[in-house]
Amino acid sequence: MTATPAPKEASKAATRQRPGSDPTEDAQPIMRRVKTKLTSKWATAAAIIIAVVWSVPTFGLFVTSFRPAAKQIGPRSNGWWNAFVDWDFTFKNYADVLTPAGSQSANLSQYFVNSIAIVIPVTVFVLVLASMAAYIFAWGKFKGRDALFIFVFALQIIPLQMALIPLLQFFTQTLHLPAGSYAQLWLAHTMFGLPLGIFLLHNFISEIPGEVIEAARVDGAGHSTIFWRIILPLSVPALASLAIFQFLWVWNDLLVALVFSGGTGDVAPITQRLAELSGTRGARDYLNPAAAFVSIIIPLLVFFGLQRYFVRGLLSGGLKG
Amino acid sequence: MEFVGEKLLQVVIALAIFAAVIGIIMLLVDRAPKSVKDKVTVAGFLAPAAILMLVGLVYPAVRTSMLAFTDASGNGNGFDNFVWMFTQPEALTTLRNTVIWTILVPLLSTSFGLAYAVFIDKARGERVLKSLVFMPMAISFVGAGIIWKLVYDYRGPNIEQTGVINFFRDALGMDPKQFLLDAPENTIFLIIVMVWIQTGFAMVILSAAIKGVPVELIEAARLDGANAWQQFRNVTVPGIRGALVVVLTTITIATLKVFDIVRTMTAGNYDTSVVANEMYTQAFRAGEPGRGAALALVLFLMVLPIVVYNARVLRKQREIH
Repeated sequence: MTATPAPKEASKAATRQRPGSDPTEDAQPIMRRVKTKLTSKWATAAAIIIAVVWSVPTFGLFVTSFRPAAKQIGPRSNGWWNAFVDWDFTFKNYADVLTPAGSQSANLSQYFVNSIAIVIPVTVFVLVLASMAAYIFAWGKFKGRDALFIFVFALQIIPLQMALIPLLQFFTQTLHLPAGSYAQLWLAHTMFGLPLGIFLLHNFISEIPGEVIEAARVDGAGHSTIFWRIILPLSVPALASLAIFQFLWVWNDLLVALVFSGGTGDVAPITQRLAELSGTRGARDYLNPAAAFVSIIIPLLVFFGLQRYFVRGLLSGGLKG
Repeated sequence: MEFVGEKLLQVVIALAIFAAVIGIIMLLVDRAPKSVKDKVTVAGFLAPAAILMLVGLVYPAVRTSMLAFTDASGNGNGFDNFVWMFTQPEALTTLRNTVIWTILVPLLSTSFGLAYAVFIDKARGERVLKSLVFMPMAISFVGAGIIWKLVYDYRGPNIEQTGVINFFRDALGMDPKQFLLDAPENTIFLIIVMVWIQTGFAMVILSAAIKGVPVELIEAARLDGANAWQQFRNVTVPGIRGALVVVLTTITIATLKVFDIVRTMTAGNYDTSVVANEMYTQAFRAGEPGRGAALALVLFLMVLPIVVYNARVLRKQREIH
């Protein structure tokens, strides 16, 4: 490693980096090399700063959630970064938020189960119904198909807030769904998830080669056979990404939960409990970081485990729009 | 943990009913007489999603639009709710804040996301660096609220600070600041939380778009003597224009609907309320569903231009198809 590489070496390096470029065109390889290095040094520094600024808040929460109560609030408390000096960690916060202990307790395990009981059916409902509709929008033939599809696309943008009051009235007064039941939450989330689900899946399903479907039809397969045996298996990447999307939205939702859960702990999801806990200032504030982390852990696992699909789903909906 | 069993039973029953409904639809589609088979197929595949969207989105949107012209007891009051919105100081603050949000969040998120995507393009450890900035996307707004409350934490002067930012202010000899209480700049500190979440979304989409810009174009600009900034401005940015529009649109819509961040961090107090939050407060806390509906209608009107624009782009695309 020499500080100033010979011009020949530099041009070789440049060629290696950009296989498409012609080395004879590199008239001043050293100068250019210095230049790119300089910009990339600043760029690297800026990128590192952004990465740090973006991760520190979550990391701070993570560390805080393992600190004893006295270190978090009260006269002997100090910033979470001191934890690495004191080296004082505990699992007690997690034990406290998860187990039921009196009416004051966070009792998160119950809400955790609620979140799971809400999110799984909704994800299934949206995936199946949206892919059925997307299939017909892509491959069915009927009058007004394109206009209807654009209408569905536009529905995406109705603010949820606009739908909440009439929908709640409809559920309780017309359908007589019991207040504080999962049914209200399942239905509401499914309704709100369909427009984007149809849009995302349509982008993917319409790109399936027509010959595949035609061949099946010639073999005598009906629409339902084509849908279940050909369309769905071929759409797995798009279905996976929509599933992750839908999972994250429903898991992370607060507004729909507040309106349709009936205000009791019977069916309320973990976000609602978390909002209650963090909304009230009190002696149990030290439990909030642990509670927050419990609620974050599932989406983070889903996200990191299936990140590949997640990004692909964003793109199939995004770049073509 | 007996409640778990009962809850999971409800989930299983719901999924079974759903499977039965879908099964019956498929059976009807397959058994339909040949003459009406296509019509039955379209109806069967589309009906479940269509009914849910009609009930959950179209009908409520129409109802809310009408509700906006009634008072607290349901009698028509003309434009009183809108007069209230555009004359009352608190309501005006809400509108002003919403405008600030919708300008700053898309702009800042997209800028940071784009800069980061450019900086880490083809860098070593690109995947890890991306994950760090993308991670907040998986965290609920409620969780983000708790995370950032920790960052903004405030203690009186001359006490050891527990919030990261006040710690640095302390170290620099500045007085600690109550970030969430001091209006009007507290709105900016809430906006930072949203930017923190949305930057990852912008970054992922734009990063993929940047990789789609032909290398030859950048190479040609480089050989013409363009420096890094000129290459970026004259080649990269025009090449990713489509993706930029999608990112800005999506983030703008998400920002207009923002609710959870304000709800969990300040509950809209200290002059930080936005339309989406005020709508919830008026309709569900203050017993003024008419005002809430009027706010929702204004929100929809704010989003409408974006819908129209996107619908037109979409229609053009389908015509090309």
